[in-house]
Amino acid sequence: MLEILGLLAQGFVVVFEPQNLLLIIAGCTLGLFIGAMPGLGSVNGVAILLPLTFLVPPTGAIIFLAAIYYGAMYGGAISSIMLGIPGASTAVATTFDGRPLAKQGLADKALIGAAVASFVGGTISVVLFTFFAPPLAHVALVFGAPEEFALMMLAFATFVGLGGDDIFKTLFSITIGLVLSAIGFDIISGEPRLVLWDITGFLHGVNFLVLAIGIYGIGEMLWTVEEHALGGGKSMLSDATVTVARTISALKEILKTWKTSVMGSLLGYFVGILPAAGATPGSLMAYGIAKQISKEPEKFGNGALEGVVAPEAANNAASTGSMLPMLTLGIPGSPTTAILLGGMVIWGLEPGPRLFVDHSEFVWGLIASLYAANLFTVIINIAFIPVFIKVLKTPFTILAPVIFTLCLIGGYAPTQDMHDVWLMIVFGIVGYLMRKLDYPLAPAVLAIVLGPLAEPALRQSLIISDGSFMIFFERFYAGPIMIAALILLFLPLFKKVYDRH
Amino acid sequence: MFKTQHTLRKVVCAVGVSAMLAGIPVIGHAWEPQKPVEFVVMAGKGGGADKAVRLLQSIIAADKMAPVPFTPVNKPGGSGAEALVHMKGKQGDNHTIMFTLNSFYTTPLRQPGLGIDIATFTPVARMAEDTFLLWVHSDRKDINSVADFAKAAKAKGNKWIMAGTGKNSEDNLLTDFLNKAYGLDMKYVPYKGGGKVAKELAGKNADSTVNNPSEQLGFYEAGTTKALASFTDKRLPLFPNAPTFKELGKDYVYYMQRTVVGAPGMSKEAAAYYEGLFTKVFNSPKWQDYRNKKSLQGDLLTGDALMSYWKRERDVHEIMLKEMGAIK
Repeated sequence: MLEILGLLAQGFVVVFEPQNLLLIIAGCTLGLFIGAMPGLGSVNGVAILLPLTFLVPPTGAIIFLAAIYYGAMYGGAISSIMLGIPGASTAVATTFDGRPLAKQGLADKALIGAAVASFVGGTISVVLFTFFAPPLAHVALVFGAPEEFALMMLAFATFVGLGGDDIFKTLFSITIGLVLSAIGFDIISGEPRLVLWDITGFLHGVNFLVLAIGIYGIGEMLWTVEEHALGGGKSMLSDATVTVARTISALKEILKTWKTSVMGSLLGYFVGILPAAGATPGSLMAYGIAKQISKEPEKFGNGALEGVVAPEAANNAASTGSMLPMLTLGIPGSPTTAILLGGMVIWGLEPGPRLFVDHSEFVWGLIASLYAANLFTVIINIAFIPVFIKVLKTPFTILAPVIFTLCLIGGYAPTQDMHDVWLMIVFGIVGYLMRKLDYPLAPAVLAIVLGPLAEPALRQSLIISDGSFMIFFERFYAGPIMIAALILLFLPLFKKVYDRH
Repeated sequence: MFKTQHTLRKVVCAVGVSAMLAGIPVIGHAWEPQKPVEFVVMAGKGGGADKAVRLLQSIIAADKMAPVPFTPVNKPGGSGAEALVHMKGKQGDNHTIMFTLNSFYTTPLRQPGLGIDIATFTPVARMAEDTFLLWVHSDRKDINSVADFAKAAKAKGNKWIMAGTGKNSEDNLLTDFLNKAYGLDMKYVPYKGGGKVAKELAGKNADSTVNNPSEQLGFYEAGTTKALASFTDKRLPLFPNAPTFKELGKDYVYYMQRTVVGAPGMSKEAAAYYEGLFTKVFNSPKWQDYRNKKSLQGDLLTGDALMSYWKRERDVHEIMLKEMGAIK
């Protein structure tokens, strides 16, 4: 314990070198804006800025990139809340209640809530990281395909009932998402799959962002345009003001949600440390559980503050968590940490269990920088809220083309393929029509996020077990997770039967 | 199309001449890139190839070896098919290069419908050949040689799990070799990426792997995993105690190329430029240091020598894939 505190103190000495401190502040601010741009996200931000980092020593470089990653996690909430477009998959769950709050003119409350929750999530997770890294690294190491699939089942199960009343329309939406997620290259069979009309663009599959920006960005825009044209409809953006009195009352309400924040933080952190899962399943599960344990679950989806707080606490906690498998196992816990791993190669560092011993200055400098980054980002974020609110007051006729352009850039950036831009527009139109017909769209987006994680894990497990499903129940970690998932899955059914009697 | 290119060349020439007249030094008539160079990666972000490209990019930028930046673009789709089709479409383009693996041979063989002939691509430079070793967990105190491995795997039959990257990938070819050579019936479980494969072994979710050194290095250095033998001509300096399969009486070597290739029909001048540039990169201390650390083999290979190496490797892969039953 004392030893850890000593190492952490050394880390802080590194962080408080003026150059590193500057890098943190610059990284957080940059990250905040990168995250706030729909489609840019932390993955692309970190990838673009990676070559710049040879200008500083490795410790400074990782601190800078980690600060961007961190800032982007905060920033992701901004476009989710204000525009209803999730900038990255980690911020999908934030749109569910963040957007309704903004429409009710409470964007300031949602933004402050997101910032505070992110701070709580970040702080709890970095404390856990500091004191429990080695045992948790062990859990991450033994977590195999059956455990991963059980976890994905749990993520799906927490979402039962999310879609609304029409169960068949929900199932339809999930199926569409799963089919889209199956497009591309299948590693298990080694063959391309569902390459529709032999268009080569489908070889890389359908990126989550293409569907999310299509549905939420372009679809929402069409929706608003229609409302405008018919007149009388509410604008896409509605006014909110920032005053001291409003902020204080918002903070009071946010403080009451502390239990949700803590739950989201713990959940996000533990899901985050599991390789390959990353922050997205963590934030989705946190939202689902917050709804299930809430006394007023009907408020979720219509602007419940807990619905913003839970996923935001979780995705920040998970981003810290995903650093753990990156540093100790050399495998990325999220797409962004995959790029950071590339950075470590450039700096000549070998990730793995020895890193903590051989390069303790690097590791502890990074951990200490997370404490600092967390503090700076929450301050910078709250300071900028009035500016973000100003954006909401821009006339729709000016804002709409800007958002539309951002959407197109966001769809193009990850793959740099025009195919994805066209696909995104198609999704936007289809999404708009589906919404007209009252199909819920969130389940499709969830399916495209979780499908590519769940499917290989399921098939790998069944190859190992020769087709026996018992593999999910016999193993030390997979068993309890799977049983929890099944209970959650069937709980609503039991409730219905019970209510009838 | 031709006309525009022609005019463009005229303009470029004119600019060059006026630059010379203005006294700005222009080195000979050497071709240099006029805009950022697209550096296509045949694999996803964070994989081995991607890491190498980002290292190359940073060496070029840090030592100011080129007047323009090199931007990595990932095209992982269809085991490299997407990248190959993209390159084919860049016929005659002087600003697109690609970093390739062995899927450069196997993907066109397995998907003839793509219409890719790798002999049309422009050879630039082979920067390295990555190596493969046979790995088991260090807790298997009973396994210290390939013979021990074969005995243990035979006893477990089809319950012995060999983790590897996708089906029909390099790892799968090597697993097939081991199964045949030692009369085994190992179960091949495909995972996404070599890093994940390495972790499955360290976490005891697999019994063995055939990882590259760079993928297992972290666990190896921590004493979690051990290498039994290498699929190389000579023992690797990093693993002096792991014999080669040749020493063990099996004439089998296998390497993974790490090569820079230019778009088909690239101009001679541009090809010469990239060859010179990557020769410089190859000889830079940073690349040499990386080669040593990751136990990379293979000398620099350019021009016609590289092309004949490709043709030879393609034929070898065709035979291997046929034996495997992956192609007819």
